[in-house]
Amino acid sequence: MRNKTLAAPYLVWMAIFTVIPLGIVFYFAFTDGTGAFTLANIDNIGNYLPIFVKSVWLALVSSIICLIIGYPVAYYIAGRSHRGQRFLYMLVMLPMCISFLLRTMAWVALLDDTGILNGFITALGMKPLPLIRTNAAVVLGMVYNYLPYMIMPLYTVIMKIDPRLVEAAQDLGCSNPQVFRRVVFPLSVPGIVSGFTMVFVPAVSTFYISQKLGSSGTTLIGDVIESQFKTAYNPNLGAALSLVLMLLVLICIGVMNRFSGDGEVATV
Amino acid sequence: MSKELIRLVGCTMAFDNEIVLNDINLYINDREFLTLLGPSGCGKTTTLRLIAGFLTPTGGDVLFDGVRINDVPPHKRKVNTVFQRYALFPHLDVYENVAFGLRIAKLPEKEIDERVTEMLEIVSLRGFENRKVTQLSGGQQQRVAIARALVNRPKVLLLDEPLGALDLRLRKDMQQELKRIQQALGITFIYVTHDQEEALAMSDTVVVMDKGRIQQIGHPEDIYNEPKNAFVADFIGESNILDGVMPEDYAVKFFGRRFKCVDAGFAKNEPVDVVIRPEDIDIVPPDDGHLCGTVTSVTFKGVHYDTIVDFHGFKWLIQTTELHPVGSYIGILLTPDDIHIMHKSEYSGLFGDYSSYSAEYDEINDPDIYPEDISEEVSETSSEGEAAKDEE
Repeated sequence: MRNKTLAAPYLVWMAIFTVIPLGIVFYFAFTDGTGAFTLANIDNIGNYLPIFVKSVWLALVSSIICLIIGYPVAYYIAGRSHRGQRFLYMLVMLPMCISFLLRTMAWVALLDDTGILNGFITALGMKPLPLIRTNAAVVLGMVYNYLPYMIMPLYTVIMKIDPRLVEAAQDLGCSNPQVFRRVVFPLSVPGIVSGFTMVFVPAVSTFYISQKLGSSGTTLIGDVIESQFKTAYNPNLGAALSLVLMLLVLICIGVMNRFSGDGEVATV
Repeated sequence: MSKELIRLVGCTMAFDNEIVLNDINLYINDREFLTLLGPSGCGKTTTLRLIAGFLTPTGGDVLFDGVRINDVPPHKRKVNTVFQRYALFPHLDVYENVAFGLRIAKLPEKEIDERVTEMLEIVSLRGFENRKVTQLSGGQQQRVAIARALVNRPKVLLLDEPLGALDLRLRKDMQQELKRIQQALGITFIYVTHDQEEALAMSDTVVVMDKGRIQQIGHPEDIYNEPKNAFVADFIGESNILDGVMPEDYAVKFFGRRFKCVDAGFAKNEPVDVVIRPEDIDIVPPDDGHLCGTVTSVTFKGVHYDTIVDFHGFKWLIQTTELHPVGSYIGILLTPDDIHIMHKSEYSGLFGDYSSYSAEYDEINDPDIYPEDISEEVSETSSEGEAAKDEE
């Protein structure tokens, strides 16, 4: 009973700002401009399939890169002294104190055709490189912005692994790489899954990064949804697209959680 | 006893200039059950970790079969460890926990299966193969930890307070069990505990440690009957420790009286510590006693009464099966066998006085209290004691 009353403020918040809006999204997705029931919006989604695929693909690539960069960082931080951990963790979090929009704009300034990097390159007497408005630039933006979300859960999970388990593994004959493969890595799978989810979900639905660092060729599903509401004035289609995106995200999370459940057994 | 297997030569260990082990010299024979006993912070676990290879001594050598192994990493040593609170792998089931070492050694699947099954039989865990270790009780986890170590057929098994987290009843059963396994498999056990009863009950050899030094090494009975100093006398069982003087061999003076004793080899008129075990003292009518005193406190302990008796302001603990109520005036009889003489040491005057007796003294011996608190207490009292000694 006590727990319920404590959770009440959040439940009210959830109801007003999550459940009701979700209902409205549903309503819009299955109606036309006049409010009559229709499946036309859902039918229309087929046209956007390539964009969906592209969004998922870029988000997936970004998540994997985040994992590859983030895991060693998290592992390193978790192995430092208490003070070292606090300092390094703060460094990881520091970029997040600056506005997301500003950070992305900074990358535009860096990568632009006449930007800082190309200025440097031309100064060296070479031709400017097409850095911006590429898939790579979009992925870079995603990795840069969402990397802390990968490191945080990984660090938390790795830090909590009992050091005596490492000693037990050494005692039973494991060299350091074997300790990592047989004990540390399997025990950090929950952190991998949660880090992956925390990067993938915002990455798959982003629109700002692709608008600033991408081109018309890198339009993502987030951009389409945004344009339906802001420029195409078709909120019904936008709602339908949002709904499908949400479903897609839920499926991805489901698959990953399933993978982590099996992952424990698979590493045996 | 058989041949020597492990030897520590002048081992010293310091962390950040704090010396936790001071010149440890110790040898351990093949097939021996040796216990490192002492209060927390005494260095017993550190000694074990030197042997396991988790620590490299800052001074001295660790020898295994005559070969120096200071720098051999843990995974290349022929020892296995049963960790305090087990350290089982939570992502593996019982079978895979036990098979872990064998898989690392890349044994054929058939042999792994045979050995794991055999070992689970020995620790009575057949049928638990596919349980998650987190679903097991403390006693079962304990046995998985033992099986996981023993399945590798180590020459030496290191056990770091393996029974510390179990309740009293289970602890007694597991003591028997461990002793049985040790004898059946013929493996050397090096056992760390702060529980003196456990140490006395299981070991061939007990090594009593305090403040990073070995205080005494010996057979359990010798340690109990002939403690070397006030620390050992107090830590192993209960002791009344008095100041005395040895005027000559086989005689000792304390409380202004001369008693016969069985000890010899002290200097003439050497000041000594006199140990009298509470259970050795006979209570007699005041007229027949060597010493007379008044009972000030009685605590019923089940098998016996803890009776505190005031002799000229110095209080003794006497354990009797008969009740002598508070306030009664009694005499005691001491035979030469009841009196044990020790040289004075840095511990003299710190232990063996029951003047401030209260039930609390039990708590200090209670294994369930956690080490950190106790070690602080101990170090506090000892530093005071040292100051007192300096004044002398």
